[in-house]
Amino acid sequence: MSLLDIFKRRASAPVARERLQVLLAYERNNRNQPDLVAILREEIMAVIAKHVQVSQDDVKITMERGKTTSTLEIDIHIPNGGAAASPAF
Amino acid sequence: MGKVVVVTSGKGGVGKTTSTAALGAVLAQTGKKVVLIDFDVGLRNLDLVMGAERRVVFDLVNVTQGVAKLSQALIRDKRVETLFLLPASQTRDKDALTEEGVASVVGILREKFDYVLCDSPAGIERGAQLAMRFADEAVIVTNPEVSSVRDSDRIIGLLDSKTLKAEQGESVTKHVLVTRYDPARAARGEMLSIDDVLEILSTPLLGIIPESQGVLRASNVGSPVTLNEPTNAAARAYADAAKRLQGEDVPMVLPVEKKGLLNRLLGRRVA
Repeated sequence: MSLLDIFKRRASAPVARERLQVLLAYERNNRNQPDLVAILREEIMAVIAKHVQVSQDDVKITMERGKTTSTLEIDIHIPNGGAAASPAF
Repeated sequence: MGKVVVVTSGKGGVGKTTSTAALGAVLAQTGKKVVLIDFDVGLRNLDLVMGAERRVVFDLVNVTQGVAKLSQALIRDKRVETLFLLPASQTRDKDALTEEGVASVVGILREKFDYVLCDSPAGIERGAQLAMRFADEAVIVTNPEVSSVRDSDRIIGLLDSKTLKAEQGESVTKHVLVTRYDPARAARGEMLSIDDVLEILSTPLLGIIPESQGVLRASNVGSPVTLNEPTNAAARAYADAAKRLQGEDVPMVLPVEKKGLLNRLLGRRVA
């Protein structure tokens, strides 16, 4: 191991600095956008609640971000008999 | 009309309470009327760091709920006449504090004191947002370490959006206070430097508090480090930071611990 290697191993601060710069640039960009999943969840819940009674815990909404497209997964558990609450036409 | 200053960080354990106590004590020593408010409802600790834990009768929540008068809840410091503490409640009820309640207490205190220092809880939830809500200025306590810097950045985002000033189109004056700094490690490239932290956060520097054993000694005995060991390197750095907070132009030098001859001979590391 040369002297240079020792020096290289020790200087971890530049790595920290670069990681932070990349991360924070990304986070700052996303910060001002409203939480899409939370908004979707709220609106989807409202639509479902019009027709069937489900509790908050029975609705799972997840967003998986891909490079070109993202997947929105909505998993709703409707209890049997829950549909009875559907409005009469 | 006094200034409301929130001491905040996002991350826990970086020194918010220590810094609130140290800055508050040194501001009060210069004759300013200072009140420290502990916003960490459920996990109060400013009373302990200030050595007033056995004198707490009423707290912030009692006052906002009308159970106690403000004058009954304020604890006057036994060392500095113009220093007061408003302790947090130990209740487990997260919603014990309301925005209206905090607005009224902070409103009254800013009329009577020169400085109202709000010690924020960690995190970015309700308690932290209430602590910063009515602030004119913010001291963002940051350790030279990646997670702390990231959380500080997040808190800066909140200060710019969730405070009353921000909503009114003004802005909270922000200062970064770097704590637990080890200049030797930074020089060796083992620790983010002050320049790194400032560049990443793009916020002006209030002070650099060196890592110091005096800080723990002070909290052990329940006294702000600026009162307990005024000549200690961290205490002197806090004193300088307090001057800058008052608008004084103090050159940014990193105070170093004075090495005793014996320590020097033994080559003992001084923290």
